[in-house]
Amino acid sequence: MAKGRVSIVVERCKACGFCVEFCPSHVLALSSAFNSKGYHPPHVVHPEECSGCDLCGMYCPDFAICATKADPPRLPAKNADLAKAAKANEVTSAS
Amino acid sequence: MSDSLNTDLLNPVVNPVETFLRSDRIPHIWCPGCGIGTTVNSFARALIESKIDLGSLALVSGIGCTGRVAGYLKMDSFHTTHGRAIPFATGLKLANPKLNVVVYSGDGDLSAIGGNHLIHAARRNIDLKVICVNNLIYAMTGGQTAPTTPDHSVTSTNPYGVFEPSFNLPHLVEAAGAVYVARWTTFHVRQLSHAISEAFNKKGFSFIEVISPCPTLYQRRNKLGDGLDAMKYYKEKSRVRHGAPTSEVGMTMTGEIIVGKFVDRDRPDYQTMMRAQYAESLGDRFVEQPEMVCS
Amino acid sequence: MQADPQGVLTGMHFIDGDHACCEGALAAGSRFAAGYPITPSTEIVARFASRVPMVGGTFIQMEDELAASITLQGAVWGGAKAFTVTSGPGFSLMMEHIGYAAMTETPCVFVDVQRGGPSTGLPTLPAQADMMQARWGSHGDYEIIALCPNSPQECFDLTIKAFNLAEEFRAPVMFMMDEVVGHMTEKVVIPRADEIEVVPRKHTHESVEDYLPYETNGDQVPEMAHAGDGYNFHVTGLTHDERGYPNMTPQIQDQLVRRLQNKIRDAADRIAMFEEEQLEGADVVVVSYGITSRVAQRAIEAARKQGLRVGKLRLITAWPFPEKKIRELAANVKAFVVPELNLGQMVREVERGAAGKAKTFAVSHAGGGVHNPEDILKVIVEASRCQTA
Repeated sequence: MAKGRVSIVVERCKACGFCVEFCPSHVLALSSAFNSKGYHPPHVVHPEECSGCDLCGMYCPDFAICATKADPPRLPAKNADLAKAAKANEVTSAS
Repeated sequence: MSDSLNTDLLNPVVNPVETFLRSDRIPHIWCPGCGIGTTVNSFARALIESKIDLGSLALVSGIGCTGRVAGYLKMDSFHTTHGRAIPFATGLKLANPKLNVVVYSGDGDLSAIGGNHLIHAARRNIDLKVICVNNLIYAMTGGQTAPTTPDHSVTSTNPYGVFEPSFNLPHLVEAAGAVYVARWTTFHVRQLSHAISEAFNKKGFSFIEVISPCPTLYQRRNKLGDGLDAMKYYKEKSRVRHGAPTSEVGMTMTGEIIVGKFVDRDRPDYQTMMRAQYAESLGDRFVEQPEMVCS
Repeated sequence: MQADPQGVLTGMHFIDGDHACCEGALAAGSRFAAGYPITPSTEIVARFASRVPMVGGTFIQMEDELAASITLQGAVWGGAKAFTVTSGPGFSLMMEHIGYAAMTETPCVFVDVQRGGPSTGLPTLPAQADMMQARWGSHGDYEIIALCPNSPQECFDLTIKAFNLAEEFRAPVMFMMDEVVGHMTEKVVIPRADEIEVVPRKHTHESVEDYLPYETNGDQVPEMAHAGDGYNFHVTGLTHDERGYPNMTPQIQDQLVRRLQNKIRDAADRIAMFEEEQLEGADVVVVSYGITSRVAQRAIEAARKQGLRVGKLRLITAWPFPEKKIRELAANVKAFVVPELNLGQMVREVERGAAGKAKTFAVSHAGGGVHNPEDILKVIVEASRCQTA
């Protein structure tokens, strides 16, 4: 069971490659799929290695990815918009 | 692409930066590989880490790519005129000293057209936290020379290569009087966050320079690759030298980048000095500025 | 709402226009000024600098007019009533930020104590040559309110009015003095605080969830919030929608810019202030403002002694220009005579308003002194002899 878990907001990604490069555990790689803007978002290739350090989240200039510890403290949605936004974006997660 | 949405949508996993964003305006306009968004992550983490009262925060930016930060952050934010974020921020702070005022702007905005205001605010030691995202170019308008553009770079207004010496911003700002001066790059996400936190806990004029990639203009025109290539360059060529003399931290196009906290000193801030002077000269006749409630 | 007594120097004073203007600002509730020294306006902020630490507030001398003109706006968004003062060369530098105030609907006052120009011109001598600049000086479409005092007493009274109009319309107001009015010393009566009416900031009472910074609810002037009130609003000089977010489409541009204009234009009749004298049955109406109106008074009286039927229209608000009044008069008079300390600025507005129904005669003076009343009288006489248009 991995220590951490990645969430990717696919539609925000511009495939800059920062997360892939700077993940210390090499968890990510750019996928061959496209989002609606034509970018290849990352996907998780080594989920078991994820430590939940969230360096991917800190590097991402597009706020399109973050990682949390496997049992993340559930933050309540601040308002209806946040829950809506999470629903609207494709959220993929790995555990 | 996995389509198993096993996230509890009623309690979504929230990126810590999300609570500070105007999510209805994301995706933003910055290019793929631009580092401005990365600095925003560090900023958000600093807001959390420093436990600053978010209700007291006001953010002021100027014009340019970095200037757009104000529009994406969910706080009292002001997108002002080119070069004038600092005097606007000064007015905000003086009228309401309880505000924590951040200036978030670019190298061209702050050191070219805004240069005069930069040095005077530092001289006065106005209690402002200035985050200067330095992408070495005027990006928004198409890649013109900035005072920070390194020697020999190709820009749209120096098509044959820049031949002007460039500013060493930490040196300039230290000489002008800033009490906290640091430089990091967008590679140094945690150090940057920590520096911003430190600035929040310090009274006076703080200046944090962040070297950041402009892939579309600076990197591309100078055949330096893309944003990721810039980040790798920052990783490889940065040298952390806390306390380095700022005269030694000038940059070139492909040379070493000296990063770290260069200046951390104490000087009374503008408002402290102002009140002390009035109290001394006027004694009992001095009336403290009331809360500016004019409704 | 009544003035805050802390800032009201009630009593009888013998002071000049600059000093009276400062007292007007304090009486209006201004507790913040940012300035840059420029003759002949400096005394206003120098007095403010010495008064405000004993009233409670801040004065800061900034490094240039570019800074002063935006620092005051930061102070406004921080909760203060704020102003700056300048003269020609500084006024030119402030133009970008006057436009920013118009675009962001920041209530504030810009005082221009006009002097000879262009460029460095005549730093210590009067002119009235910034009148068109006050209206059109910044780029883009926007509307301006401008007031012209003609005495130190009016420098006090009308400064309060300027602040009140700024708050009512959420707009920058130009206070167009001239060097003579600024430096002439006369009796100024400052009433009690409870006799002075001030307009408070139009602060919103909406909840944080419902508040939209540029929503107008039919009233054309949106409600304001201050930094630190918890509304998390965004202000930008870019064309923006009701949320304050940049929205750079022709539709939003049209909506926004027309509203910025109309919120003042639609109220032009209410804003207009002028002094009228013997307009009924007049053949010639002398239209003037500022110090020139005092010189013109001498010429008007001399003309009346000669049996001429001369009316007087003194502009107290120069902008929005009282077109309606001019149009009405033009139907009944032979001619307008417009003496100004410039080579013809407001006279163009008079001519435009008259639309050919009456003749318009300018009495130009390039500045550096005031008119000789004889020169104005000569033109009044010529105007009264002219054939009806």
